[in-house]
Amino acid sequence: MKKILLTTALAITTSYYGAMAQAADYQIDVKGAHASILFKIKHLGYSWLNGRFNDFSGDFSYDSLNPEKSSINVNIVTASLDSNHAERDKHLRGDDFLDVKKYPKALFKSNSFKVINDNEATVTGNLTLHGVTKEISFPVQKVGEGKDPWGGYRAGFSGETSLKLADYGITYNLGPASTQVILELNIEGIRK
Amino acid sequence: MSIVKLLRLSLYITLIKNTPTSYGLIAIFIHWFMAFGIFFLFGLGLYMVELSYYDSWYKGSLDLHKSIGVSLFLIWCFRLLWRWTNVNPEPLSAKNKLEKFEHVAAHWMHVTLYLVMVMLMLSGYLISTADGRSVVVFDLFEIPAIPASIENQEDIAGEIHYTLAWVLISLVAMHALAALKHHLVDKDDTLKKMILFKKQLKK
Repeated sequence: MKKILLTTALAITTSYYGAMAQAADYQIDVKGAHASILFKIKHLGYSWLNGRFNDFSGDFSYDSLNPEKSSINVNIVTASLDSNHAERDKHLRGDDFLDVKKYPKALFKSNSFKVINDNEATVTGNLTLHGVTKEISFPVQKVGEGKDPWGGYRAGFSGETSLKLADYGITYNLGPASTQVILELNIEGIRK
Repeated sequence: MSIVKLLRLSLYITLIKNTPTSYGLIAIFIHWFMAFGIFFLFGLGLYMVELSYYDSWYKGSLDLHKSIGVSLFLIWCFRLLWRWTNVNPEPLSAKNKLEKFEHVAAHWMHVTLYLVMVMLMLSGYLISTADGRSVVVFDLFEIPAIPASIENQEDIAGEIHYTLAWVLISLVAMHALAALKHHLVDKDDTLKKMILFKKQLKK
């Protein structure tokens, strides 16, 4: 009996939240680490080197009925770079690369969200990295959205873009195969 | 054991060990070996961080720097042990207050040099082991990382390492200038004690 009551209560609550699943602001779930900012770059042209930024925050707005109005803001602590090798991380944080003392933050702020279909869109916005701000566009996919088992409501996206390091003033010579870095963004937001 | 043999042995030991008037062979050798090693590592350190990724010595220079660094640490440990189990040459007798001050200053300079050396070595170790990797010494053996680390340890240890390197070189310069002052201005045996391993230096 208790179980039925609980299930009913849950069903009512979730349908209530379900009906509210529009026009919402989401906080990126960095606390639960259901979001990641990854980068990869070719090593000598022979393999992929992977790394990530462990410390970032952000929020986004998303409304499945009015997706064109979506927006996103991400704030990355550049010193949190982690490529699983302390000596390399130290080098990458230094002034040959990210110069995290001078540029402690990297930012992305979207300007437009162009819908392609229910699950795909193109985001355009300003990326600030290494003190250089440039407008970039890249495709994003909606992975899914819905209630979570703990009383919240979540939506998640992923996107990938390629940056030319020299565009952001990073000119250290890593070889001809390693002038571009691929940034991958995986975010899950909890509705505020 | 014949008396001649015993005398020879005692002479041998006197040459090797310190005497009240001079440093012994071992102390002298370690002193100059470390001096050379420290200058070499200082130059190598400044040079290797400027090497490009495609330089053939990009990796080798760092491996060498770490290997020599660990070696110097082991020698440092032995040197301290040697210092504590040996007599130390007494400073030349102080004729006035200034010379007394010089003796005290020289003593504290030596203590500071030892401390800065070991802190410099440890900070270097903490850069390379910040992610739990061990330090490989001349491909012969490895020094494992300590099982704990702090956030951004490689960056913090890196700054300490860089600062202490300059501190050490500055202290070494002062130490050398003081020795040269004894040799050239005071014209005494202070510098000779670290060069000649004779049982007796002429007073």
